Amino acid sequence: MPAVQETVEQVKSIDVDQYKYGFETDIETEKAPKGLSEDTVRFISAKKDEPAWMLEWRLEAYRRWLTMEEPTWARVDYPKIDYQNAYYYAAPKAFVAPKSLDEIDPEILRTYEKLGIPLREQEILAGVVRQDGADAPAGGTRVAVDAVFDSVSVATTFKEELKKAGVIFMPISEAVREHPELVKKYLGSVVPVTDNFFATLNSAVFSDGSFVYIPPGVRCPMELSTYFRINERNTGQFERTLIIADRGSYVSYLEGCTAPRRDENQLHAAVVELIALDDAEIKYSTVQNWFPGDSEGKGGIYNFVTKRGDCRGRNSKISWTQVETGSAITWKYPSCILRGDGSRGEFYSIAISNGRQQVDSGTKMIHLGKNTTSRIISKGIAAGRSDNTYRGLVSAHRKATGARNFTNCDSLLIGSHCGAHTVPYIEAKNASAVFEHEATTSKISEDMLFYCMQRGLSEEEAVALVVNGFVKDVLQHLPMEFAVEAQKLISISLEGSVG
Amino acid sequence: MAHLNVQLANLSVRVDRIDARLDRVERRLGLIEARAPDRIPDDQTMTRPTIAKTDAEQAIAATWTDVKDRLPGPAPLAARREAAFRRFEAAGLPSRRVEEWKYTDLRALMRDAKPLAQPPGEIGKVRARAAGAVLAGVDVRRVVIADGVLLKELSDLDGLEPGLVVGSLADALTRGDSEVTSRLGAQSPAEKDVAFALNTAFMGDGVVIRVSPGVKIARPIHLVFCFTGPVPATVFTRSLLSVGAGAAVTLVESHEGPDGLDYQVNTALEIVAADGAEIDHVKIGLEGGSALHVSTLTAALGRHVQMRDLTVALGGAAVRNQAFVRCDGTGTTVGLHGATMLRGRQHADATLVVDHAIGGCVSREIFKGVLDGESRSVFQGKTIVRPDAQKTDGKMASHALLLSETAEADHKPELEIFADDVVCGHGATAGALDDDLLFYLMARGIPKKEAETLLIQSFVGEAIDTVTNEGIRDALTAAATRWLEARE
Repeated sequence: MPAVQETVEQVKSIDVDQYKYGFETDIETEKAPKGLSEDTVRFISAKKDEPAWMLEWRLEAYRRWLTMEEPTWARVDYPKIDYQNAYYYAAPKAFVAPKSLDEIDPEILRTYEKLGIPLREQEILAGVVRQDGADAPAGGTRVAVDAVFDSVSVATTFKEELKKAGVIFMPISEAVREHPELVKKYLGSVVPVTDNFFATLNSAVFSDGSFVYIPPGVRCPMELSTYFRINERNTGQFERTLIIADRGSYVSYLEGCTAPRRDENQLHAAVVELIALDDAEIKYSTVQNWFPGDSEGKGGIYNFVTKRGDCRGRNSKISWTQVETGSAITWKYPSCILRGDGSRGEFYSIAISNGRQQVDSGTKMIHLGKNTTSRIISKGIAAGRSDNTYRGLVSAHRKATGARNFTNCDSLLIGSHCGAHTVPYIEAKNASAVFEHEATTSKISEDMLFYCMQRGLSEEEAVALVVNGFVKDVLQHLPMEFAVEAQKLISISLEGSVG
Repeated sequence: MAHLNVQLANLSVRVDRIDARLDRVERRLGLIEARAPDRIPDDQTMTRPTIAKTDAEQAIAATWTDVKDRLPGPAPLAARREAAFRRFEAAGLPSRRVEEWKYTDLRALMRDAKPLAQPPGEIGKVRARAAGAVLAGVDVRRVVIADGVLLKELSDLDGLEPGLVVGSLADALTRGDSEVTSRLGAQSPAEKDVAFALNTAFMGDGVVIRVSPGVKIARPIHLVFCFTGPVPATVFTRSLLSVGAGAAVTLVESHEGPDGLDYQVNTALEIVAADGAEIDHVKIGLEGGSALHVSTLTAALGRHVQMRDLTVALGGAAVRNQAFVRCDGTGTTVGLHGATMLRGRQHADATLVVDHAIGGCVSREIFKGVLDGESRSVFQGKTIVRPDAQKTDGKMASHALLLSETAEADHKPELEIFADDVVCGHGATAGALDDDLLFYLMARGIPKKEAETLLIQSFVGEAIDTVTNEGIRDALTAAATRWLEARE
């Protein structure tokens, strides 16, 4: 039975224990002093060469954070985090903003290459018309990448070409200096500084992240992407992403994350703010593959993320697509505030948990404007000894006449030691709002497995096939590049869960 | 110093209230998102600072000191009452910060606590005689509990079927009936609930029903609960139903009282069913327009039990019907259904917890809410599937029909699943009457109001039709029709 043997090997090579991106890059880094204090905040602000108003903003957040308590309502369980026992800033040493990729530490470039993100290649491609096109994708599928390494953005590709279209795509630390008017206007306008414990912490110590501004009427010529990498030991990553789609514009943004294998837990507390003005559309896709910890639950990233989109204009649209396979703990609720009349919010999610992972994720659709619509498709798959919770809110306010929501959240359980939970909140305060919600939990049907195996598929293959069918609704909303990666990730995460 | 403390307490309560109001305003404006409230620890023993006690909480504590030595029951029960009261004292009245009470803030709804009700006088007894008219014409065994006291002279306790025992809880407690006292509140699935704890602390009278193994009682038992006035008071009643192996019984509760009196009712029914028992339970809520009604149903079910439950909520200013059902034996089927029809500023909450402690059980829930005026309905359903409770089949559906622009429907259908070989699902919808259906009927010459009535009737009918006893079902349909006729 060579085929079976091969499958077993292949499956083994992608076990939870075999987290592919678990390597560590050995480079010298410069860190802020350990712990969190006003000095740390000042240190980060100074490192980023920020204007005074930004420092004030951070300090205000820090003071507010001191008065807040860590939330405990989520269905996750972890030892108390010692916020003084971590570094809040880490940057590759001798880091000066590089003019071109040649100035970047080759170690970092190699890291990204290993991760399958060819920064250099893409930079070379920029502005160069490809002659052959045989082995290269068509121009339309090129992706501009912002690579964030610990606390700094190391490279942003395609900057020039984007500039021609009027699109601003740069690290947020640069944007603070170069486009203060935009940053001042929009930063914290969707996720206020005081929003929640982790968002406030992020506001105080955020280090880097991406800033995107699409001018009126512009369809962003390529997909934008940020790749986050935590490398340094004992550090937290606090990135901040701000995307503004001005009237009638469109942008598709991708985000990916990985971290080395380590025994200790590391904190990742990001804030993402999206703003869509009249008739604008933002499509935000995430493939989250932070280190999930080993099979005994040792190590792994604590992923406490606040993501929120504001459909501020009429007929605007924000769509979240996420594939969650990593992190020891996920605490994340990408939401849409449907403020503009006729605006639309979408949330497509696949959350896969294995080993001892804990996922508490979902979305909030807050209908404020007239004739706003939203759609939630969430697929949770729990295997091993993991817990997977969907927690979501759909609410229609008094003035949201004609609001419409459809929610479908399904859970699949693989193995008898895992848990799948759904906690939806549905609040209708308007008679003309129509809400539909359905949820199911089940295990993979024996009949389906039998049918597949009877046709010669092994059990693992059969499970993968059924699961892929289960999550298809979500996968088809991912951009091409990500769909392939996500499919691979799903098979990685589910390994060993059969039986 | 004491004076200062009181001032401080009042101030802190006011700040709390302002805080709550601000929160509401901000939420309405969309400035902040509806945040899941901080969950309080499972044992609910988290102590709130004592200065934040509300008037109602202080009044309850004063009543406790006053009456605790006079409450019936032997010493071990007194200790259990004391423990239950301490649980309430530590947690306070449940507020919106307690996840299970998120949408029904008892702390805010209960402005004050009324004194315990006095036994009914002659006028009260006349009123009590007329109560329970909702089942007029249906052949039932009436048991009347007025102002928290079982009135034997008004109850039909003669000629009990062999194997059926119906008696007063107060009698059983005074007698020290160990079968009753040992059971009350012990290992109840509702143990952690504060409203239930209050009931345990203060319970005075109620009905104890025992059905011997193998006995099938054909004639339904109707517990007529009524409040007769004339001044607002608090009533705590606790009833026990234990059904032997292979026995069957139908139990109907109706709760009513005068309009315009802001009396408070805290009632509980504990059901214990042995293997193969069959239970039909119907609760009809017809409390007066200003009443506060909190009701707890707990059930611990053995193997192959059939339980059908329907809660009809029509009356009361603020109503909370909570049910905690635990399947301890395999092969059991539970149906929990509800029909809620509200108008004006009524608030009704249906909170269910079905705990599949063991596999191979089926649970079905259908809840229908019809909301007019500025009313608000809450549905919180939680299905728990414990580890290794394989082959569980759970389905939950809650639907709300909003008849006015200002009504509100909140749903929280929750699944908590720790076993893999299960089929669990829930569906929830909220919306107005379907224009197409309305148009269809009107196109056939049916006037708009009549067409609406037809559609609403069929909407709530789905829940009411789960009742197997024809007479009771017709009486409930008639009650729903009366509600619709009163609609403007």
